[in-house]
Amino acid sequence: MADTFTVHLKIWRQDGPEQPGKLVDYTLDKVNEHMSFLEMLDVLNEEIVAEGKEEPIEFDYDCREGICGSCNLVINGRAHGPKDMTCTCQLHMRNFSDGDTIVIEPFRAKAFPVIKDLVVDRSAFDRIIEAGGYVSVKTGSAPDANSIPIDKTVADTAFDYATCIGCGACVAACPNSSASLFTGAKLAHLNRLPQGEPERKKRTVAMVEQMEEEGFGDCSNYAECEAVCPKGISISAIAEMRRNYVKATLAGTEA
Amino acid sequence: MNLDSKVPSGPLKNKWSKHLNDIKLVAPNNKRKHDVIVVGTGLAGGSAAASLAELGYNVKSFCIQDSARRAHSIAAQGGINAAKNYPNDGDTIWRLFYDTIKGGDYRSRESNTYRLAEISNEIIDQAVAQGVPFAREYGGLLANRSFGGAQVSRTFYARGQTGQQLLLGAYQAMMRQVHEGKIEMHTRHEMLDLVIIDGKARGIVTRDLVSGEIQRWMADAVVLASGGYGNAFYLSTNAKNSNVTAAWRCHKRGAAFANPCYVQIHPTCIPVSGDYQSKLTLMSESLRNDGRVWVPKDKEDDRHPNDIPEDERYYYLEEKYPAFGNLVPRDVASRNAKIVCDEGMGVGQTGRAVYLDFRDAIKREGQKAISDKYGNLFEMYENITDDNPYEEPMRIFPAVHYTMGGLWVDYNLQSNIPGLFVAGEANFSDHGANRLGASALMQGLSDGYFIIPYTIGNYIADTDLDEVSKDHEAFDEAANNAQSQIDKLFDVDGDKSVVEFHRELGQIMWDKVGISRSEEGLKEAISEIQDLREEFWNNVRVPGESSNYNKYLEFAGRVADFLELGELMAKDALHRDESCGCHLRAEHQTEEGEALRNDEDYSYVAAWEFQGVNGELQEELHKEDLEFDFVELKQRSYK
Repeated sequence: MADTFTVHLKIWRQDGPEQPGKLVDYTLDKVNEHMSFLEMLDVLNEEIVAEGKEEPIEFDYDCREGICGSCNLVINGRAHGPKDMTCTCQLHMRNFSDGDTIVIEPFRAKAFPVIKDLVVDRSAFDRIIEAGGYVSVKTGSAPDANSIPIDKTVADTAFDYATCIGCGACVAACPNSSASLFTGAKLAHLNRLPQGEPERKKRTVAMVEQMEEEGFGDCSNYAECEAVCPKGISISAIAEMRRNYVKATLAGTEA
Repeated sequence: MNLDSKVPSGPLKNKWSKHLNDIKLVAPNNKRKHDVIVVGTGLAGGSAAASLAELGYNVKSFCIQDSARRAHSIAAQGGINAAKNYPNDGDTIWRLFYDTIKGGDYRSRESNTYRLAEISNEIIDQAVAQGVPFAREYGGLLANRSFGGAQVSRTFYARGQTGQQLLLGAYQAMMRQVHEGKIEMHTRHEMLDLVIIDGKARGIVTRDLVSGEIQRWMADAVVLASGGYGNAFYLSTNAKNSNVTAAWRCHKRGAAFANPCYVQIHPTCIPVSGDYQSKLTLMSESLRNDGRVWVPKDKEDDRHPNDIPEDERYYYLEEKYPAFGNLVPRDVASRNAKIVCDEGMGVGQTGRAVYLDFRDAIKREGQKAISDKYGNLFEMYENITDDNPYEEPMRIFPAVHYTMGGLWVDYNLQSNIPGLFVAGEANFSDHGANRLGASALMQGLSDGYFIIPYTIGNYIADTDLDEVSKDHEAFDEAANNAQSQIDKLFDVDGDKSVVEFHRELGQIMWDKVGISRSEEGLKEAISEIQDLREEFWNNVRVPGESSNYNKYLEFAGRVADFLELGELMAKDALHRDESCGCHLRAEHQTEEGEALRNDEDYSYVAAWEFQGVNGELQEELHKEDLEFDFVELKQRSYK
């Protein structure tokens, strides 16, 4: 069994959306390199509960295998922490060393208000999908699955974009708090498939406009989103989204 | 208790079409007058909510996550079965049905299982039309692979993220209906009670997990799609928030709980590393298509696995089961992993692991081909263990993964409480005593897209649904009940954390209600769970307050329910004095160590009726006899 080590934590505590928040210091000395980052916080919370002086730290999580998109921490200034292509829940303490100071904050954005401590409200993402992130096909009306052949490379690329887990790291990392990578990824998934083609223009315009309405900023090509995306989604999605948006909104232009 | 399965008469192949011809319909302009509550937004709940809303019903959808897209179906990796026979390898609906019922060790209802196979093809059509990016061949058509327990390639997949892609398809269909105003979506809401008026399910009580408010919701029917109860074991491959509370509270209101002891232990998970461990991670069993399972023949062999020569490796699945080899069903693979570890051949620091080796597959097909198939799984493994599976074998061990038991339902997926429908993993219906790989996604979507939308119509058209009000005494009672349980949890004000209780329960369950069970162990488990439950209600500490976001409080309520369910699982396992599928009673094995069924005495569904908790959990057993008119019961053999 590996030796345990000590980390110093500065964790964002905030009682509710309207209350002010602050970084609070904790020291944890039972850290094991095989622990996940969230397991480290579990251990800290158990200490807090045992002491009974303050409430445990609230943070979102569910699957703990990097696919549900629930976990969302900014660790030492970087969404999901220091490791590329990795969600917070898949980050392990072997990426830290004895004596490290680790600053833990929520995903911050105007469109992601804090609920409590490290938990934020990301329902704006649902509303972007609601605006058009689907193919309008009713249950029961589908043709045989093999009646629509799709070039494997097109299908594979669509899949690459469809792997977005909706965590919001792209927003947290963006200096403009833009949701362009999230929105662009769903558009790039659906717009390139024959099933998605009939609604391509309508979908693009509706989702882009919803994104703006939610208070997300515009994209200035910082590419910070791509750097932190745990699924490695390419910012080409954003270029594609803009191209489709311009084509769809310029009157008389064939999209 | 009325356990009428309502299976239509006639030949197996005609039952579902006959039923569709016979069931009553609700006219389009009347559908909009009816409200349906759907609890859970996984494959079953999400697809049901979307389909019901498309038909015109007013749907109220609830989930505990912050978005419907995060339900735990998202984590399913391997694939979804369908009898399309695209590979031309001789698959048929009958064959898929037969494999499923045989895989379940003849403990499921023939008619339900056949219908599942029948509907499987429509699901693939539906998903593709939604834009689900399944794997394709270079010709542009869909690719298939074979999957645990099947001798044909009938599994459709989207790399190792099939559940994610199917769930996003259902979620997007839901969001379209939210946009249309047909689904009212309530995220971060937890169902705490079922409201029954005049004997019918007419609503639910929820807690808003952000504000803590207890709320009342009315409807003409309730669909429960709240998933399985594997987290009774604390460590499982389920998401941390997966829980039994919604289903258990329905059980306490009178819904029968069927076959609670049928728990699937998945053979290919990453082994436990320490006591801080919060969950176990599954490695899709599709890996067994190319990976070979082995342990060193010599117990004392502590060489690096790559240094152990071929003739000193024990490929125990290939040797014991030459016909199926590494692709034997999950229960067989799990049990054999336990056996070799119990015999001292286990590997890794804890000795509770076996190797899953890709060396030969990489030699045969090249690293690129293996990476194309399993790349994300290999990355996940390396990320968690810090070992590279391209260069050395994975270490794997079984973990609790899926629960075949659940609330009892009839052919319409209606529980014994009229108006309460149960879909997906939350019901007991299709898998018997063991579920085959790539069948969970199939069942969830079959229930939600293609069964519930019809059978709910039949119920609504056929039932007098009087106006009810949220002020009805049944709503008062349920809301007070939910609040008083919360108050009670805070009032204990003890010293021990909810997590500790959950971990202790999990240890009892894993040791005594896990891969192998015995009369003696089960009796001990029952008494230990009773003691733990008593300790819980005398010594649990719940921090914070109820009028705020409070995850410890959520978990406290769920662990309280697991502490009751756990006892029922052990009771059910004790009463089922046979082995079948995943349920292995040490007393009942063949000479080769296979599950030995007793069809004479146990060919029935065990449906338990809640009577109360009084130190001991009081449950009355009811039996639905399983009749097999179309298949012959055989001893399973994968030799």
